[in-house]
Amino acid sequence: MTDNSYAQGPDQDGHFGMFGGRYVAETLMPLILDLNRTWQEARDDPEFWDAFHGLGRDYVGRPSPLYFAERLTRHLGGARIYFKRDELNHTGSHKINNTVGQILLAQRMGKTRIIAETGAGQHGVATATVCARFNLPCVVYMGTKDIERQAPNVFRMKLLGAEVRHVTSGSRSLKDALNEALRDWVTNVDSTFYIIGTVAGPHPYPELVREFQAIIGREAKEQLMAVEGRLPDTVVACIGGGSNAMGLFHPFLDDRTVDIIGVEAAGRGIESGEHAASITGGRPGVLHGNRTYLLQDDDGQIVEAHSISAGLDYPGIGPEHAWLADQGRVSYVSATDDEALEAFHLCSRLEGIIPALEPAHALAHVMKIAPALPDDHIICMNMCGRGDKDVFTVARTQGVDL
Amino acid sequence: MTGTRIDRRFADLAGQRRAGLAAFVTAGDPDPILSARLVAGLPGAGADIIEIGMPFTDPMADGPVIQASSQRALKAGMTLAGTIDLVRQVRRHDDDTPIVLMGYYNPIYSYGNDAFLEDAVDAGVDGLILVDLPSEEDRELCLPAVEAGLNWIRLATPTTDSKRLPDVLAHASGFVYYVSITGITGTHAATSQTIASAVDRLRRHTDLPVAVGFGIRNGEQAAGIARIADAVVVGSAFCQAVADGLDNGKGTDASIDNALTLCEAISYDVRKARA
Repeated sequence: MTDNSYAQGPDQDGHFGMFGGRYVAETLMPLILDLNRTWQEARDDPEFWDAFHGLGRDYVGRPSPLYFAERLTRHLGGARIYFKRDELNHTGSHKINNTVGQILLAQRMGKTRIIAETGAGQHGVATATVCARFNLPCVVYMGTKDIERQAPNVFRMKLLGAEVRHVTSGSRSLKDALNEALRDWVTNVDSTFYIIGTVAGPHPYPELVREFQAIIGREAKEQLMAVEGRLPDTVVACIGGGSNAMGLFHPFLDDRTVDIIGVEAAGRGIESGEHAASITGGRPGVLHGNRTYLLQDDDGQIVEAHSISAGLDYPGIGPEHAWLADQGRVSYVSATDDEALEAFHLCSRLEGIIPALEPAHALAHVMKIAPALPDDHIICMNMCGRGDKDVFTVARTQGVDL
Repeated sequence: MTGTRIDRRFADLAGQRRAGLAAFVTAGDPDPILSARLVAGLPGAGADIIEIGMPFTDPMADGPVIQASSQRALKAGMTLAGTIDLVRQVRRHDDDTPIVLMGYYNPIYSYGNDAFLEDAVDAGVDGLILVDLPSEEDRELCLPAVEAGLNWIRLATPTTDSKRLPDVLAHASGFVYYVSITGITGTHAATSQTIASAVDRLRRHTDLPVAVGFGIRNGEQAAGIARIADAVVVGSAFCQAVADGLDNGKGTDASIDNALTLCEAISYDVRKARA
């Protein structure tokens, strides 16, 4: 990586500084090298990007709007707040940007079967969607804990023709779904393409998922230039694995005047130990194919994450985020379950937008910083998912059984 | 006497014109005390090589049986330090049987690579098998381990093509562990014909002994492998034997007896396979 850019990584072996890499079983290595070859060819092939952007426009609904949140801005009484509206994408989140890209790679490799893991179900739905569109059989692994709290998405996946396999091992959430997906992959390595949902996993996944999601940041930059005539002062996004955040951040990494903030899930509070804030509360380790910040105990055993948001409930984070944190280019902060819920309600009432619980964490941080900032300060926040899937969870917090 | 305990054991097995039995059990399963008894009993039950699993919360290459075994061990308080201590205990009474630690990288990385290698060598560990450290990451632990005098036992799989094999075998020592199927531990087995041609291919690239594992659960299968390879690895079957002896989730003498009885039976079949 060159000294004067934050946007050049990873190196050819997938390292972002000390993070990233390819820590996978030998059975998968040849396939991962194959995938890397296919990806490197595809990224230089205009036809690949024509197909990607064509589907983005006609199927996903890109570009997603940039929206000035006028009432929220007035209510907080400080910075001007914009939402990048990726919740308006087909399937209701940013996840489809990546699944469209990866299924095109799967086709290029001649794979005949797709697997995926999912936490909140958004990536599972986005994967099931492109599998229906491209007529490929789809198996989605999901922890039973997440199946309970994201029932609508489970049903959506089934409607789309996917098979949802219940994962009962370990903590029964996203990390265990990933383990099961890896076990499936290692067993069906010849036929199967694994569509990973976030900027993590063995190289080249963190790089290729970032490239598919960076459409978010590129559009936001262009749109802000059009309405404000300048770059934003601050960009903010929530982080579980970190794909929506990396998508928004990446095109701004070398714009040194832009403050970049990632918001992790603090669950019941960092000090409670029940959280999902890998950078704030974890340390470097190796899991799921890469070295990154992980929640782990003194023996290097992985600790269960906790968040009210199933999409952030993961004990790791993408390796590029880990590197950006160590470089000091991006600030990583956290918001608790309660703060996210407060933001969820406020956004619903003031803007008529019911956010997913994931971006509600980003909004919770915006609510903390906006009031003290001047009224010419521009914040752009990624509204990466809509909250329909979360109404059951939120109802339960109010003692309402839907 | 030259080489490591592993080298000496394979030389000895070659002299006896038979294959060896490598028995895998998880450190701390069903609890640290019973586990020490089980490991110490394996050589007497016919195991030629002991593979000790370092328990991990997220064993991505393992099937349900070894996952459960890992979870029992962790629940009973097993740690990597405890695993090294287990080896130390066994070494007090047995200075000949090769002991190989097998598992995933994160607990070692957390322990500290240098400290781990020093403590492992000091305790009497002979070799390491790290599932999630392919040859691409050799600088991480493989090269320092070889430097420290440990054997680095490489996994080769049905997907490891001939172009890739030289890199995979570059720093391998002790023996090569052929994973007979694409898949996780404790599921199906490959046919002996498929395995035979895979072992032949490996032998064209290396003079190291070849052990074959994954999906071998009984004496009959083990004997089939023993006619082809230099060693047979059995793991999930022993972990299942331990599980079968549980009483209300707790380990009992039966956990140990079951596993050792099975080891004796499989060892008998392995020993007479080429007779």
